[in-house]
Amino acid sequence: MLDCGMHMGFNDDRRFPDFSYITQNGRLTDFLDCVIISHFHLDHCGALPYFSEMVGYDGPIYMTHPTQAICPILLEDYRKIAVDKKGEANFFTSQMIKDCMKKVVAVHLHQTVQVDDELEIKAYYAGHVLGAAMFQIKVGSESVVYTGDYNMTPDRHLGAAWIDRCRPNLLITESTYATTIRDSKRCRERDFLKKVHETVERGGKVLIPVFALGRAQELCILLETFWERMNLKVPIYFSTGLTEKANHYYKLFITWTNQKIRKTFVQRNMFEFKHIKAFDRAFADNPGPMVVFATPGMLHAGQSLQIFRKWAGNEKNMVIMPGYCVQGTVGHKILSGQRKLEMEGRQVLEVKMQVEYMSFSAHADAKGIMQLVGQAEPENVLLVHGEAKKMEFLRQKIEQEFRVSCYMPANGETVTLPTSPNIPVGISLGLLKREMAQGLLPETKKPRLLHGTLIMKDSNLRLVSSEQALKELGLAEHQLRFTCRVHLQDTRKEQETALRVYSHLKSTSLMAR
Amino acid sequence: MAAHLKKRVYEEFTKVVQQQQEEIATKKLRLTKPSKSAALHIDLCKATSPADALQYLLQFARKPVEAESVEGVVRILLEHYYKENDPSVRLKIASLLGLLSKTAGFSPDCIMDDAINILQNEKSHQVLAQLLDTLLAIGTKLPENQAIQSRLVDVACKHLTDTSHGVRNKCLQLLGNLGSLEKSVTKDAEGLTARDVQKIIGDYFSDQDPRVRTAAIKAMLQLHERGLKLHQAIYNQACKLLADDYEQVRSAAVQLIWVISQLYPESIVPIPSSNEEIRLVDDAFGKICHMVSDGSWVVRVQAAKLLGSMEQVSSHFLEQTLDKKLMSDLRRKRTAHERAKELYSSGEFSSGRKWGDDAPKEEIDTGAVNLIESGACGAFVHGLEDEMYEVRIAAVEALCMLAQSSPSFAEKCLDFLVDMFNDEIEEVRLQSIHTMRKISNNITLREDQLDTVLAVLEDSSRDIREALHELLCCTNVSTKEGIHLALVELLKNLSKYPTDRDSIWKCLKYLGSRHPTLVLPLVPELLSIHPFFDTAEPDMDDPAYIAVLVLIFNAAKTCPTMPALFSDHTFRHYAYLRDSLSHLVPALRLPGRKLVSSSVSPNITPHEDPSQQFLQQSLERVYSLQHLDPQGAQELLEFTIRDLQRLGELQSELAGVADFSATYLRCQLLLIKALQEKLWNVAAPLYLKQSDLASAAAKQIMEETYKMEFMYSGVENKQVVIIHHMRLQAKALQLIVTARTTRGVDPLFEMCEKFLQEVDFFQRCFIADLPHLQDSFVDKLLDLMPRLMTSKPAEVVKILQTMLRQSTFLHLPLPEQIHKASATIIEPAGESDNPLRFTSGLVVALDVDATLEHVQDPQSTVKVQVLYPDGQAQMIHPKPADFRNPGPGRYRLITQVYLSHTAWTEPCQVEVRLLLAYNSNARIPKSPWIEGGEGSPQVETSIEGTIPFSKPVKVYIMPKPARR
Repeated sequence: MLDCGMHMGFNDDRRFPDFSYITQNGRLTDFLDCVIISHFHLDHCGALPYFSEMVGYDGPIYMTHPTQAICPILLEDYRKIAVDKKGEANFFTSQMIKDCMKKVVAVHLHQTVQVDDELEIKAYYAGHVLGAAMFQIKVGSESVVYTGDYNMTPDRHLGAAWIDRCRPNLLITESTYATTIRDSKRCRERDFLKKVHETVERGGKVLIPVFALGRAQELCILLETFWERMNLKVPIYFSTGLTEKANHYYKLFITWTNQKIRKTFVQRNMFEFKHIKAFDRAFADNPGPMVVFATPGMLHAGQSLQIFRKWAGNEKNMVIMPGYCVQGTVGHKILSGQRKLEMEGRQVLEVKMQVEYMSFSAHADAKGIMQLVGQAEPENVLLVHGEAKKMEFLRQKIEQEFRVSCYMPANGETVTLPTSPNIPVGISLGLLKREMAQGLLPETKKPRLLHGTLIMKDSNLRLVSSEQALKELGLAEHQLRFTCRVHLQDTRKEQETALRVYSHLKSTSLMAR
Repeated sequence: MAAHLKKRVYEEFTKVVQQQQEEIATKKLRLTKPSKSAALHIDLCKATSPADALQYLLQFARKPVEAESVEGVVRILLEHYYKENDPSVRLKIASLLGLLSKTAGFSPDCIMDDAINILQNEKSHQVLAQLLDTLLAIGTKLPENQAIQSRLVDVACKHLTDTSHGVRNKCLQLLGNLGSLEKSVTKDAEGLTARDVQKIIGDYFSDQDPRVRTAAIKAMLQLHERGLKLHQAIYNQACKLLADDYEQVRSAAVQLIWVISQLYPESIVPIPSSNEEIRLVDDAFGKICHMVSDGSWVVRVQAAKLLGSMEQVSSHFLEQTLDKKLMSDLRRKRTAHERAKELYSSGEFSSGRKWGDDAPKEEIDTGAVNLIESGACGAFVHGLEDEMYEVRIAAVEALCMLAQSSPSFAEKCLDFLVDMFNDEIEEVRLQSIHTMRKISNNITLREDQLDTVLAVLEDSSRDIREALHELLCCTNVSTKEGIHLALVELLKNLSKYPTDRDSIWKCLKYLGSRHPTLVLPLVPELLSIHPFFDTAEPDMDDPAYIAVLVLIFNAAKTCPTMPALFSDHTFRHYAYLRDSLSHLVPALRLPGRKLVSSSVSPNITPHEDPSQQFLQQSLERVYSLQHLDPQGAQELLEFTIRDLQRLGELQSELAGVADFSATYLRCQLLLIKALQEKLWNVAAPLYLKQSDLASAAAKQIMEETYKMEFMYSGVENKQVVIIHHMRLQAKALQLIVTARTTRGVDPLFEMCEKFLQEVDFFQRCFIADLPHLQDSFVDKLLDLMPRLMTSKPAEVVKILQTMLRQSTFLHLPLPEQIHKASATIIEPAGESDNPLRFTSGLVVALDVDATLEHVQDPQSTVKVQVLYPDGQAQMIHPKPADFRNPGPGRYRLITQVYLSHTAWTEPCQVEVRLLLAYNSNARIPKSPWIEGGEGSPQVETSIEGTIPFSKPVKVYIMPKPARR
């Protein structure tokens, strides 16, 4: 099973996948050899405790080391919100998360893990977030590559996804940005930095609502290095909470980051921020410029909203939304240009501060997806994690440019792929030697014809000489003789005719030789 | 590692051969030689196991073999080769054969037959490969011998079908290195089957082993390097290899495609799956661009680098590389660059942007979108945001080269270069700033671009800021707001980093002189002139105010209306600055003032010729001084030296030559003075005084000659001879002086010996130049050499004395380009009255910033010297990384010097200066004798010393006693 995510939009049973699809009835462990988690985002791992502890699964769960470290933090955080704040029942407990994590087997990049006799998996770097991986799953000569989420353009803290030319039978790729080709990241970064810089120089405060993990670290690194370069002294704060724990892991797993961070960590770990300090609620009222990263990212609740309310009235201040905002949230409202917001208690908040939008997304765009398909050279491509309409376009493009078949199944739809697997056949030594003795030296890696008998016995194939086959099977040798009758019209005597035919045949056979 | 070892072994061989040549006459060595091969023979016979034999061979390989015993050794090796069963020993023998055949002075054609013979019977693939390597060594040793070459090529072709990749590799290598270039000629001559080397190599492009494929491409490239014109047909084959699974193949294929595209840029190739045709260079460009997004970074670097040198590519292909064709949800989207441009041209600037400003515009036809294979499309966009900084740097370099050849492309790539100023790696930022500077002639910065560029001025890295100042020096700005913006940012920079003062002033100087008309409308604002009121006079010592004035005065030089706007104090300040910062403030034609320094305008062309002539004439005059009486000669020399020095001061471009000649003349002057007869004829008790004078003169001449030899760049061999000659004379003088003052024969004897050795050494070093030294000291000396060798010291001294007097003054040929090494210490400035206080016993770091000009290899020669008041001197070797190279012939030394001393009672000054270290070994032309010259202990060769070449700067320091 590839990934075990949840749907953030629902609060009922639809939140988690319906695992009875797999089993119909019976235990999951009997049906699944292993579970592979590509990265720690909840839409890829959110249902894991539910799946393993509540539904019941005892097999191995594979994920990379950073994912293994950060995943439980996020699950716990999510559980707290769901159970403690919203008071939901029938939810997994902290203990369940712990038990579930005990089943996890961590893998390294490019390490081939033998799950059982047949199945082996191998992880590739995927960018996207810390510890994100693509997995190659291989049985015999047939293989599938599952990309999870990936990013083909490197950013400030992560490298680009990379895969070797493994030629899988099937490549399952995400297609979030199936119809988008993005601008260079440098313009975005420059714009972002310039805006922040200008605002703090004016003495304004900058609020950046973020989700705790992923892009937050990217923006932190961006600002940190900029502050370092420009010798700025304005304070930057990061609202505390789970981020601190996660940041710890970012410091630890620098081998998973990009070239710059990997190379400079000897002097200084880039995640040990010099300029970014922990935020305290009281700081929001401090005079003078500052930059604050606060959660959550859509300004719908929590600290970011509190700070926003404090700062919204001053036109010197600025809020930068680094990601998408769902309809109905304060974030969406201000982004669509609303200047008067109705808060709870019928208060009206006038927004005078500047509102900026900047997309820092870590998914591959259409070109990136094509690039990955080109790198891996799969026989078939399957698109997931995207909108059907956009996927249709990409599907056409892939079929047109790589001439491979491409599928985009809907939920619950099954795709069957024809493959041409290699079937290993044992050959008897005697037959080989005889063949060697007969003809020229065999050329390595070139196909060659030989005579023999193929014996299929209990799913095991052998090629032996016909004599041996007869002996083994206890069969007698049958000789088939083909005769045919030829009428010759000849006036000469029988014997003379026979002699002539014989000599003629002899000469032709000589010539043939 | 293996290559390194091999090289070492090889070096040992060559070294000893040279030694051997020198001692060719000695019998002793020759006797030992046969015993060497014999010893090897015995050793090998003794060896009981292959491991033993291998050990013996390894030991043997460590020792050198002489040229004439090579053949014997080879015979013994071959003999053992035939007997040997173990492949590893055979392998070692084969490799030894290869090494031996490289021995200088040995002609390996005699080995070749044997080598080919054993090749035919060899079964082990490894040994075969090694043997082919040996043949390659033999073949490269005999490049003239056509017959051998073609024979070797035949052998290689035969073994190409071997099953081992190693053997095929070597065969291809051999073909690449030896494959005949003009096959058609030899074909007729020998009547062989037409062997087309290219065809043979080309067949192995599709070999099953990637290593062989790589070797085949490399062999092809080797053929190209050797001057064979590759066939165009290879292009298609090479293109197929671009999709190879292995990175080394792809990397080599990219190179090959590039080579072919340079060979046949204009030929036409069809585009597959359509009827169109394009130029080959365009097609190749597209293909290489595609490789910029390859999976392997090695290939990406390779591709990005090569893109830069494809200048023949058509412009629309070139411009595609910067266009990624953005879209969002299948709708065309404009890039941020396009939006910025539009925003700028619409007059709206820096408006608060709304969400969805970048909303996509028109729908795109799904069929028309080509996500891949769009050739050049966006190659640089990808390259510039690559993960590896190596790729990014390569891409920036390529952009630079392409932009230099195409102005329209330069305009287009500007946005991207400006973006690179924000790269996370400093090297990349620096590289892109330098690139921008190089192409700045072709471009004019828009205001919004200038804004981004100027934002980098706040960078905390000094290199980046200075590079940016240099960039601004040669940037074209389009509006007066731009100039104002630049000035404001530069002043901000100045207040943030006061150490940038000089660099900023220089930058403003150029900015002003390039944009006089743009500065003009800004003058009232900059000088805060009010039409009715007199404003306060600004502080003259404020660096920011000086910066503004530098900008204005330089603009005023070509803008005569500007001075009318100046207020009184501005004129006063002008006079002050013109004196104190004359290199930054030009001479202005100010109303009501005399033109003080109009005559010293340096760039008047007709002025150059007379001074050059003057130099020549005065030098010629000097060389005729043979005919003058000593008194007259001295006077003439003195006058000429004075003239030359003055000339050097006036004409900066002749300063090097003038100084160089003056130094030489001074040496001569000293020599003449020291040799004045009346001094030598005085009575014995008065010796002391005059010999002091003479020995001081000798010493000074020596010093001057070292200066001449090592402080000037561009000194050629013929000057070196003269300089050495002068030094030899000084040594002779020294010898004479000491001979007269010392008593006893023994020390004198030794000195004579040493001197004669030096003469000998001189002769050997400059044997080729001796004919030019007609009638000179050394010429005469060499004539008398046999006599000198046998005579007594006293006699030698006497001969030398007369010869020194009689010898002619050698003409010093002037080198074409000669520059005196010079250094200026910018920091510490030496004007501070506040002592640098530190606790005694601890160290204090002193920042030293200096510019070096015309210094060769400063990393190893330039040292910093600190002189303490107690006479203690400390020499500091700056790190190689402390030297920056901002331009050809210019270096910048920014380093820290650690000072420490015991406690003083009051502050005192230490002197800091720069030294130029030299090693007299370095300049002497390499001749084989010197390297192995163990026979004569060369005093000459190992003289090391230092020349101070900057003005000393005084630093006020105060080590305090440590508090208990």
